[in-house]
Amino acid sequence: MSAPAGSPHPAASARIPPKLGGAAASGAAAPAGPGPGPHQQNGPAQNQMQVPSGYGLYPQNYVAPSGHYSQGPGKMTSLPLDSQSGDYYPGLYTVPTQNVVTPNTASQQPGAQQMYGRVPPAPHVVGSALGSFQGAMSSASHLQTSASQPYSSFVNHYNSPAMYSVNSSVASQGLPSTCGHYALSAVSNASYPGVPYPSLPAGDPYRQQMLTSQSALTVRPIRESSLSGQNTAVSHPSPLPPPPSQQYQQQQSLSGYSTFSWSAPGLPSTQDNLIRNHTSQVAANNNPTNTVADSLSRSVMQNVQPPKSSPVVSTVLSGASSTRPPPAAPRPAEPAASVAQPPELSQQKGVDSSSTTSSASPMPNSYDALEGGSYPDMLSSSASSPAPEPAPEPDPAPAPAPAVPQPSKLAKPFGYGYPALQPGYQNATTPLNSGVPPSSPGYSGFQQYAQQYPGMNQLSSSLGGLSLQSSSQPESLRPVNLTQERNILPMTPVWAPVPNLNSDLRKLNCSPDSFRCTLTNIPQTQALLNKAKLPLGLLLHPFRDLTQLPVITSNTIVRCRSCRTYINPFVSFIDQRRWKCNLCYRINDVPEEFMYNPITRSYGEPHKRPEVQNSTVEFIASSDYMLRPPQPAVYLFVLDVSHNAVEAGYLTVLCQSLLENLDKLPGDSRTRIGFMTFDSTIHFYNLQEGLSQPQMLIVSDIDDVFLPTPDSLLVNLHESKELIKDLLNALPNMFTNTRETHSALGPALQAAFKLMSPTGGRVSVFQTQLPSLGAGLLQSREDPNQRSSTKVVQHLGPATDFYKKLALDCSGQQTAVDLFLLSSQYSDLASLACISRYSAGCIYYYPSFHYMHNPSQAEKLQKDLKRYLTRKIGFEAVMRIRCTKGLSMHTFHGNFFVRSTDLLSLANINPDAGFAVQLSIEESLTDTSLVCFQTALLYTSSKGERRIRVHTLCLPVVSSLADVYAGVDVQAAICLLANMAVDRSISSSLSDARDALVNAVVDSLSAYGSTVSNLQHSALIAPSSLKLFPLYVLALLKQKAFRTGTSTRLDDRVYAMCQIKCQPLVHLMKMIHPNLYRIDRLTDEGAIHVNDRVVPQPPLQKLSAEKLTREGAFLMDCGSAFYIWIGKSCDNNFIEDVLGYPNFASIPQKMTHLPELDTLSSERARSFITWLRDNRPLSPVLHVVKDESPAKTEFFQHLIEDRTEAAFSYYEFLLHVQQQICK
Amino acid sequence: MAFTFAAFCYMLSLVLCAALIFFAIWHIIAFDELRTDFKSPIDQCNPVHARERLRNIERICFLLRKLVLPEYSIHSLFCIMFLCAQEWLTLGLNVPLLFYHFWRYFHCPADSSELAYDPPVVMNADTLSYCQKEAWCKLAFYLLSFFYYLYWLRFRLGTRPVSSLHPSAQPGVW
Repeated sequence: MSAPAGSPHPAASARIPPKLGGAAASGAAAPAGPGPGPHQQNGPAQNQMQVPSGYGLYPQNYVAPSGHYSQGPGKMTSLPLDSQSGDYYPGLYTVPTQNVVTPNTASQQPGAQQMYGRVPPAPHVVGSALGSFQGAMSSASHLQTSASQPYSSFVNHYNSPAMYSVNSSVASQGLPSTCGHYALSAVSNASYPGVPYPSLPAGDPYRQQMLTSQSALTVRPIRESSLSGQNTAVSHPSPLPPPPSQQYQQQQSLSGYSTFSWSAPGLPSTQDNLIRNHTSQVAANNNPTNTVADSLSRSVMQNVQPPKSSPVVSTVLSGASSTRPPPAAPRPAEPAASVAQPPELSQQKGVDSSSTTSSASPMPNSYDALEGGSYPDMLSSSASSPAPEPAPEPDPAPAPAPAVPQPSKLAKPFGYGYPALQPGYQNATTPLNSGVPPSSPGYSGFQQYAQQYPGMNQLSSSLGGLSLQSSSQPESLRPVNLTQERNILPMTPVWAPVPNLNSDLRKLNCSPDSFRCTLTNIPQTQALLNKAKLPLGLLLHPFRDLTQLPVITSNTIVRCRSCRTYINPFVSFIDQRRWKCNLCYRINDVPEEFMYNPITRSYGEPHKRPEVQNSTVEFIASSDYMLRPPQPAVYLFVLDVSHNAVEAGYLTVLCQSLLENLDKLPGDSRTRIGFMTFDSTIHFYNLQEGLSQPQMLIVSDIDDVFLPTPDSLLVNLHESKELIKDLLNALPNMFTNTRETHSALGPALQAAFKLMSPTGGRVSVFQTQLPSLGAGLLQSREDPNQRSSTKVVQHLGPATDFYKKLALDCSGQQTAVDLFLLSSQYSDLASLACISRYSAGCIYYYPSFHYMHNPSQAEKLQKDLKRYLTRKIGFEAVMRIRCTKGLSMHTFHGNFFVRSTDLLSLANINPDAGFAVQLSIEESLTDTSLVCFQTALLYTSSKGERRIRVHTLCLPVVSSLADVYAGVDVQAAICLLANMAVDRSISSSLSDARDALVNAVVDSLSAYGSTVSNLQHSALIAPSSLKLFPLYVLALLKQKAFRTGTSTRLDDRVYAMCQIKCQPLVHLMKMIHPNLYRIDRLTDEGAIHVNDRVVPQPPLQKLSAEKLTREGAFLMDCGSAFYIWIGKSCDNNFIEDVLGYPNFASIPQKMTHLPELDTLSSERARSFITWLRDNRPLSPVLHVVKDESPAKTEFFQHLIEDRTEAAFSYYEFLLHVQQQICK
Repeated sequence: MAFTFAAFCYMLSLVLCAALIFFAIWHIIAFDELRTDFKSPIDQCNPVHARERLRNIERICFLLRKLVLPEYSIHSLFCIMFLCAQEWLTLGLNVPLLFYHFWRYFHCPADSSELAYDPPVVMNADTLSYCQKEAWCKLAFYLLSFFYYLYWLRFRLGTRPVSSLHPSAQPGVW
């Protein structure tokens, strides 16, 4: 179907017909010999001679022996910042604005921020940091001192894991006894799983059987009382509280806070830590008194929204929510109350309450910490910087300030900034920062800024495009001769380019981590876009864990009356009472309520409202946005318990993880949970409160599945916690002797669907083999002999549409299905994945999972589950993307169902889901100089609130081809291309997709070549902004999803494709192009500080065996796996200090952990790895790979710049591209 | 002249062509329905509405699928009839569409052939606009061929249309 549709967007997709007889497939152009043979006949041969020999010549298992290669790393050590990060128009951006943080650096913190992570020292840090801001500090200074107090006290309080802790401790006491009891009963009941099915013929008798299988216990009706005794202290009225109740709630929470001692019973230390870090931030942000810290944090870390967001103000403004337009007298107590909320109550609540106090105070998104972002590391890091949004690269002025506390550790000025630059934000503020301390609590700076703002806003359109012309030769346009440039890969991570907007708009723009466009300069017409031959699209990460998010409660959410755009920073105010929509240009009235600004508590300044000061905001939706009451959090686990599954032993890991995280499942008092297991029959578990033990109900009629007792299968988590724990303790052993090998996945899913239909929610399916019974059964389609075929790869599409249909049904009932596939054999992921893809679930795949034989996978599953269970979740969500009139969206990528052309239906949304959209330009954009994109995600939080998260991105429009090239975001482009290539492989064929990828490079480079007048035809010239394009495309061609010629299991390939479709850009880039570091000589040079730890920042190495020296040890970060490669003659000191073994020979073949040794190098290596691990949705497994061990092929296949039997080396690829261009 | 087989063919195709025109119009309406959700944005975001909408989409796609085969077979029937009647010109005009239909029918991305007009795929904006364009083109084609058949029917029945008196309008077959 989609194949014929390819034509509408020629620019986006490269030409279908392979230009050169299928370079990839036929290998006609591929050099047969080891040398760079193929190029001899064309001009480039000369180039090749000039090029140092290192280029393409390294075969896979090359063991870089000779000394001269080692020069590489050495050379890299001291490269100045500017060189690697090619400033975009250097003249314009005094600050290295270019250094956009790539997503992967999100977690990186410049040393400067470290102060936030460490709670105790924080106050003094604040103080010292303050010193640097001279202006407007005076008012703040006294606050600052008081701020330190709350810090510490909060820390204590926030340590508590949750409000449930109290209860849970009670529960846990009871547990042992019950367990014992259960064990006994389990024995007696041991037969019960077995009872029904042997004796059951087919379908008839089962009804009685299942009812009788357990001595019929009285079934209690579910108790609906949502506020049970547990929650009394901090009950959160589940529906949106009306203003009065809000106040009440605040008080309540306040009291709860003070009265309860929030001691954490059994919190793991790390968690503790996290929470503490987090809290420090929470405290900082929430606490009125902490305004200083807050503002500081903002200025230093996230220079983004200094003035506007300065919560400072918000601190004071209590209930100033728009409902009461005239400025109410500030009630200082209130904010405090909001602060005081127990973290447990969580994030949302915290957010909520604070938001209620001031209708919009930017506040730390406490969610991530508690509700969702359970990444320990992430938390800690996020604590240290206000955002996964990378901290801004501070300009010289602010940066040193934070550094003060730890001067000794920051060796070089170079060190602070680079890892965590926040492009959009940072440069925006920098001017302000250096001049007027923007975020300082004092109003002076703020107002000054604010006054100038409206003017700016109106001017923006005229200014938008100006800057571009002003610089003659922007850095991103510097021509690079690719064949000559040996070290194309910069030594530091690549950051997203900053849109070329004026500083005010830039500062307001959305973080590139949430929202990126492949072209940061939008071409004026489709013709221009076609000429550029670059894909145009957006990469979204809408539900990302944020540490700071302004939450707005107001009765009316201001939207454009015609296109329903939410008001955003890029609208223009015509006068006080009217604003002009930036998407459809309609002029709208400013509602009365909006005239009152809760932050300044002044009237008549609509342009200072937080909605207009932040490009990422969250609204609490009014009841207009719901017809039915928001659904509770409902979780259903559907577990495969066939012989295969029991053998693999995943149940133990799962049940353990669930037991540990049961209290951390996001939700409120209404949270419901249920379990089903299946082999050839389907087993339900009655967990109704009041039963003495879980009751198993078996349905063996898989052709017509029904629910035995519809009411008691999904039970309230808090009311039935004991039973749930009993069940989880018993489950791993219940099926140990099963002989059932069949798996009736289809019927089980149907049953799950029936069970979930009334509410919606999340179904987590664990499957270990090919479904072999009932509806949706699948046959093995993989021919192992074809795994390394270079020709046709078949069966990338689903074999049946059963799963797709079911997924759509689920999507209609707001149910998402998450698939965990733990299979050692082919399981037809291509078909199974449909169940998740169209219901907006996620897919996890653990090939050859076995809890004993493959401990690293087991550990990975455990860590992934921890993240999965505790991360934030949004239910019954829809996402709509709007863009300026003239642009239109045509193809979406990700896991969802498109409900109408711009509306994505997402049964669930999770923070690890990424999306991509392709754009086309339908009408010429000549009459505008700015275009905007707005993503609105409406979801029900796990606390039962309807919320709308809105991101707005603003980009300039350009009319010349050179400007289009200047603004290419190569990483975004490559991710979009990868998504398109996946579609192409499924709808057409893999070789088609590969050719399209190659053609994308060929077309764009030749199009660029034709724009450059002084083109040397013998050279392959690319603009600096595109210099990594060929490298990344080559990396894609060698990626599991698209490679040919190398043995790749079909499921692995399909899984890689699924990942490409639904991973956000940050993580996807690591999958495509891993990062390689040399770690045997880590130094503190350029190190950054994260939470008390010094994290060394070794330079990136290019992915070539050339860089591997026998004397070294290298770390490769592939996103989902880490490899540490140890050279044969690696320094014994390193091996002993870091790995804990005396010499190379004694290192075991399988090693997945670095021991905690008390040496400096071990500490550095570990802190570096921990830092890299932060903030990953899939926790990477570490593999230590010895040179000469069989596992090294795994490692070497990621060295994408080298030649393999089946694929080009990078240099050969360049020559191939050049050949194509010259044709 | 007389009621020949050719005339019969034209008569039959005339009737069937009307059916095809109806199909094409129905397609256009269906795609329009798929494209636009006639609800206010707020209603669209409503979970309850989601269910209706999804059911609607599935229903439409189901009908679309149902109509694929009849349409294609009716059109192939024309071609076969004209082949038998040795109406080469008419056949020639219809063959491109015939091939297109074959291609559409057999070019299926997935292993199962049920996946034509697959809701998730169809809802993609570019697929949808492609389908809609296709439907409009088909409508135009069927309309033109309707009048074309009408003309030839009268011609074959012997009641000459006035315009056919002009020698250049006379096809070689006659």
